[in-house]
Amino acid sequence: MLEWYTMYMPISGVDIFWPGLVLIGFSVGCIGGFFGMGGAWMVTPGLNILGFPMAFAIGTDIAHIAGKSMISTFRHSKFGNVDYKLGCIMIIGTVIGIEIGAQIVMWLERLGQVGPVVRWAYIVLLALICLMVFYDYYKATKKKKAGEVGERGAEGITWYKTLHRIKIPPMVHFKTAGFTCSAWLPIMVSFLTGILAGFLGIGGGLIRMPALVYLIGCPTHIAVGTDLFEVMISGLYGTFTFGAKGRIEIYAVFVMLLGAAIGAQIGTVATKYAKGYGIRIAFGLAVFACMISIILKQYKIDLAATILILGAVGSICVYICWIMFSGAAKELREKKAASH
Amino acid sequence: MRKRLHTLLTLGATVFTVFLPELVRAAGGSAEMLIVVADSRRVDSGWARYFVDSYNTNPLWFGLEVTVITAFLGVTLGLITDQIMKRIGIDLTSRKIVEH
Repeated sequence: MLEWYTMYMPISGVDIFWPGLVLIGFSVGCIGGFFGMGGAWMVTPGLNILGFPMAFAIGTDIAHIAGKSMISTFRHSKFGNVDYKLGCIMIIGTVIGIEIGAQIVMWLERLGQVGPVVRWAYIVLLALICLMVFYDYYKATKKKKAGEVGERGAEGITWYKTLHRIKIPPMVHFKTAGFTCSAWLPIMVSFLTGILAGFLGIGGGLIRMPALVYLIGCPTHIAVGTDLFEVMISGLYGTFTFGAKGRIEIYAVFVMLLGAAIGAQIGTVATKYAKGYGIRIAFGLAVFACMISIILKQYKIDLAATILILGAVGSICVYICWIMFSGAAKELREKKAASH
Repeated sequence: MRKRLHTLLTLGATVFTVFLPELVRAAGGSAEMLIVVADSRRVDSGWARYFVDSYNTNPLWFGLEVTVITAFLGVTLGLITDQIMKRIGIDLTSRKIVEH
């Protein structure tokens, strides 16, 4: 007899603990809305633990990410965090890049080297992102102490300033992001991040978000919102292609979206109360946890990898909820005080 | 500087010439698809039966359905949770960008 807490999934034919789906949806909605990424690295292992076959876990994950990113993008858009012009220009590079990345994987597959090469490339990339984020924070703090504060406050890594000096036409002004640069800069950056995303088989938010900040020069909040816009577009395309390949469990997507809708609102509104560098540091820690879990998996220490991923997701989620609720409470107190 | 640029260009051209045929060849074949059929014996009627039939008979249509439903759910749930958020009473239309 089926218990109330299990739900039959008609496509994959498995009984699933549905509160677990709501919880995964909530956590990833929260984290994705705050960092501006899809979060496939968190969802796929979670779905697999709940009992989904791996083939369905990946497709279901992508469909859920598309729906969740829509909710976060609309909320970020109302805050003025989405630069649609930049997002649309970047889609061109992303799509071509992902396709080339996928072709490189197929080429490596023929050589029989795809597994180790992709995994180690992923680890190196995540290590570089971590180093970059923490070095940036260290440098920015040092500059702040020395009183070297620019128009955006104390900044650590400013590679984008050098890249903005490239004046290859057409020059485009991005009003929301607040800068002018050659259109080739976002196209090339999205092309390269697209190749990496296609090569590593990930959505790309993990790479694109820091690239938007450090290479293109977006303020952190705009990078988060614009990246989510891209995740939404690529997620919808992924939903269609995985759906047509028969790899989506539609009922699981419904259930996960119920949790994700609330999580996405909390994560997105939390960015209103967080400082840019706060988001960057938390992002660096999430990337670090992801990197360690992949290293553990590489050495077949699966249990520790799963515990680490779930622990990191849980802790980051609690941190984001705390930022959102404490920030909202403070705002309401100030409003009340002002009205008296 | 010019010499360095020249070396870089030569290196780039070599890599491109070596990899291009492989890329073109890689685009040709595709991995064998694993066919999964949904078991319609456990679902008698309703939406579940509809989705199972759609999945088994027309994958392309199923893909389209999932995409439209996902987008519809995203928008609907977004609007509902938006209304809930508004009831808290916080300002949801503006924010200050503070980096440090």
